[in-house]
Amino acid sequence: MIHSLEAVYRREVSAYFQTPLAYVFLAVFACSAPAFAFHVGRFFDTNRADLAPMFDYLPWLFVVLMPALAMRAWAEERDRGTLEFLMALPIPLWASTSGKFLAAWTMAAIALVLTFPMWIAVNYLGDPDNAAIATGYLGAWLMAGGYLAVGQALSATTSNQVVAFVLGAGAAFLLTMAGHPFVLAALGQSAPAAVSEFIAGLSAFEHFDALRNGVIGAADLVYFAGLIVLSLSIAGVLVAERRGGGR
Amino acid sequence: MLVADQLIKDFGSFRAVQGVSFTLERGEVLGFLGPNGAGKTTTMRMLAGGLEPDGGTASIAGYDCTAERLEAQSRLGYLPEGAPSYPAMTPRSFVMFGLRARGFSGPALNRATGLALERANLGVMADQPIGTLSKGYKRRAALAAAIAHDPAVLILDEPTDGLDPNQKDGVRQLIRDMAPEKAIIISTHILEEVPAVCSRAIVIDQGRILFDGTPNALAATVPDKTVEAAFRHLTQAVPLAPMATAVGAAV
Repeated sequence: MIHSLEAVYRREVSAYFQTPLAYVFLAVFACSAPAFAFHVGRFFDTNRADLAPMFDYLPWLFVVLMPALAMRAWAEERDRGTLEFLMALPIPLWASTSGKFLAAWTMAAIALVLTFPMWIAVNYLGDPDNAAIATGYLGAWLMAGGYLAVGQALSATTSNQVVAFVLGAGAAFLLTMAGHPFVLAALGQSAPAAVSEFIAGLSAFEHFDALRNGVIGAADLVYFAGLIVLSLSIAGVLVAERRGGGR
Repeated sequence: MLVADQLIKDFGSFRAVQGVSFTLERGEVLGFLGPNGAGKTTTMRMLAGGLEPDGGTASIAGYDCTAERLEAQSRLGYLPEGAPSYPAMTPRSFVMFGLRARGFSGPALNRATGLALERANLGVMADQPIGTLSKGYKRRAALAAAIAHDPAVLILDEPTDGLDPNQKDGVRQLIRDMAPEKAIIISTHILEEVPAVCSRAIVIDQGRILFDGTPNALAATVPDKTVEAAFRHLTQAVPLAPMATAVGAAV
């Protein structure tokens, strides 16, 4: 059934590039990631040769841009009626959800690769820890995958892409904010430590933070893999529900 | 080849399909007739594996459409109502997508794609984005995707809707050409199509089969001896309760 997954993956990747979506997404990402690093992260003021100013703001960029990639996954199929065509093909649902996810994740990988001028710049300016930068990119890619999978699950709840985007952005915002120092400090004052730790553990930001600091922890990898698998499973269940015709 | 056995489908409290049963063998072309909302599309969606029945079973080539969905669907070509397709794709890439999903690759993929585009008469439009094509060409692109893998069973929901007279004739001829090797169901509101293409007709209304027989037998149920008059008689003139008797007589 790998051929089914490959067919869906190829169609989805080509669909991104057959519309302006891919080009707009990649251009916005390639421009805004360094812009955040230079203007908000004060890249030059830190006097350090690393990509921390960029990685600091990637989660916020992902909150907006990943749902924009994921929103069309199922909402567009339902809106155009092509879901009926797709569901009449002998494709297992896991292959449909995985094919769509991997295509969107490929776009995220291309977007991250397009930030390579930043990596060249820090290597030109100093002697950065390239291993830490590599784990930072790995963390960013995993976090993008988590947000894309969540976005796909939410896209399966509606036939309206705008609704899917708003839901996806909302979920990504919560996943990011849950581990933000600002929220954890507020929780620390009003909630038991166990609750604060539990909420922080659910946060993509918390797990990304460990990776961008150069630490590859099994818990962080398991978290992102779990988030992706769980979200895609939910997407599959929601799409399968359509066969029930609302019963 | 295709079996529907007491199919039932509910949407909330509304029972859209109420115990539909029929079998279809290779070489038969079944005209599935009924007014809007009669349950035709719902029945066809259950046969295509896109909708699970709430009661009864359906099978294609011996494979249950729900429990063995992938096996059943691999032997089925389905043209959904409205012929949905991806506007940014070309008919060629649309057909290739369906074939790749079914495991076609290499020369077999190219051969099947070329043949399907040729049989659906796409011509130079095969490489234009579907979103830029006329309604007729869009329908032919979807039809090409439905027939490309040479399925044993074809379910075509209003295949000639939106086509001009020449295109309609082309599709009817294509169905006639494929008929000896396949079991084919077509739903249509164009009743003149039935005697021209179908070897059998089923009239359905309010989710129940009212008639199952040859087009000539259908026409013979009314003094006018036309399919149109018989259709009107079955679906309009006779109230539901007496129809049950009429069904028994007709079937």
